[in-house]
Amino acid sequence: MSEIFLGQTSDFAEGDYRIFAVDGVEVGVFRVDGDLLAWRNHCPHFGGPVCQGRVFNRVSETVTAERTTDGLCFAGERHVICPWHGFEFDLRTGRHPGDPRYRLQKIELSVRDDQVFVRLP
Amino acid sequence: MNKIDRQPGSPHELPKIGIRTDTRDILAHAVEQSRELADYFVVDIDAHVTETAFWSEVTDRIDNDVIRHMAKSFQDRVGAPPGLLNIQAGMNFQDVYGRIQHQAQLAEPTPTGGPHRQTILTQRAMDSMGIDRMVVFPTPMLTLGMHPQPEIETALGTAFNRWLIERVLPDDPRLAGMIYLPFNDPDGCCKVVEEFAGKPGVIGFTVTSTRYKPVHHNDYMRLYAMIEETGLPLAFHAGFHWGDESMKQVNRFLTMHAISFAYFNMIHLANWVINGLPERFPRLKMIWVESGLAWVPFMMQRLDAEYQMRTSEAPQLKRRPSEYIREMYFTSQPLERSNLKLTEATFEAINADTQLLFASDWPHWDFDLPAAITTLPFLTEQAKRNILGLNAARIFNLEVPKHKLTSPASPPSAAVTA
Repeated sequence: MSEIFLGQTSDFAEGDYRIFAVDGVEVGVFRVDGDLLAWRNHCPHFGGPVCQGRVFNRVSETVTAERTTDGLCFAGERHVICPWHGFEFDLRTGRHPGDPRYRLQKIELSVRDDQVFVRLP
Repeated sequence: MNKIDRQPGSPHELPKIGIRTDTRDILAHAVEQSRELADYFVVDIDAHVTETAFWSEVTDRIDNDVIRHMAKSFQDRVGAPPGLLNIQAGMNFQDVYGRIQHQAQLAEPTPTGGPHRQTILTQRAMDSMGIDRMVVFPTPMLTLGMHPQPEIETALGTAFNRWLIERVLPDDPRLAGMIYLPFNDPDGCCKVVEEFAGKPGVIGFTVTSTRYKPVHHNDYMRLYAMIEETGLPLAFHAGFHWGDESMKQVNRFLTMHAISFAYFNMIHLANWVINGLPERFPRLKMIWVESGLAWVPFMMQRLDAEYQMRTSEAPQLKRRPSEYIREMYFTSQPLERSNLKLTEATFEAINADTQLLFASDWPHWDFDLPAAITTLPFLTEQAKRNILGLNAARIFNLEVPKHKLTSPASPPSAAVTA
């Protein structure tokens, strides 16, 4: 496995994300609540460029004590959406919110002296 | 050209995908998948153009002066809505509210002075997915059968057909069309067959299924006879319509879409079989498009069970309904794969080895890649080749390039064994 330098921590703005390709591997790096997270740009559904999709907050629906619904609302979790078919993945866990068979492949990321590195598989 | 350099070396950045992203970049990962298809003959029986992006080109081809004027009168309005078309623009939720950008719009640049922009967009998708031939259908016009004015359906349907064969198909012989039939106007359908059968690129005829018309009505028998005589297939292309009284009960696009796309074809197929149309038109090749497959074994068993108890209501049938259905053709998308045992049983029920035709549905949000077929663990190599293209070659009489290996699939009577 090789370690690849991707940039300074300041190059990754809060709430934003960047996608890199190196030696045939594509990696998405996401800044979520201060943390840097890296996932392989490969959707487990059909191999779509998941990290190049858009990021949305998870949509939730509040159910009251009377089992009625208060309607749809945005929750706090950030999801990346595969642009091919809309498969969603939690940016912290890499998991599809409704089907545990689908999850993103984590890429090892480290920060040293404000420099961001990923270790490619 | 915006195409991204993916050469090895030091890290380079990839863009976020939006409506202006080049189709070849959206589908770059499909290119990698398509390398294993190099010696496959791949025919995509159901992809789509976006005719409303070129609406004035379509409406320019309306025959009737007044109807053409009615359409043109919209061009000066803010946003230039597609005049005469019965779509509900504020309820086009297919892109999942911005999550699937290629469904929202393909706004990438294309060169001018060469092929038509729609042709270029289609070529980019074909080349990315490893597709040899592609059949294109309209998109917003899939609900035109619900238009309250039959003469408008006839005018727009005929104009669309002209636009397709005059502007989109001529620049690439790999493209083909199945001509739109204005099914609310049976005589108009016959005129369409007369006008377009035999035109370059025309390989069949289409009824958009989203409509309330009894396909067994005597008004349509001349039409079916004419199509049977051409030797070209007749497709029923599914669609959705949230205005349908039953669909008004559902509150999510997901639910409505999942049911609608099977619902209309279920009704038309049932009417087709139970009224004995396969007996009346034994040489007419029927294709059921974009309903997926899971509904078909349901219909087979359901109709068989009722037919065996109420045979007197279907006196034209000489066999069980499922036996007629098994001789029809179906397109694969959107292929239900969440339970592969059910998928395998479905393939067996419909005799997929000879009757199933691959379809991508590109550029729509629930499109399938050829990998939807090649990754099915229960299919033989020959079955994959049949479904991906050789069945289509047989039905549409397409020439298979020599380097694409193997001969066309055998007809149903000598089915390839899975």
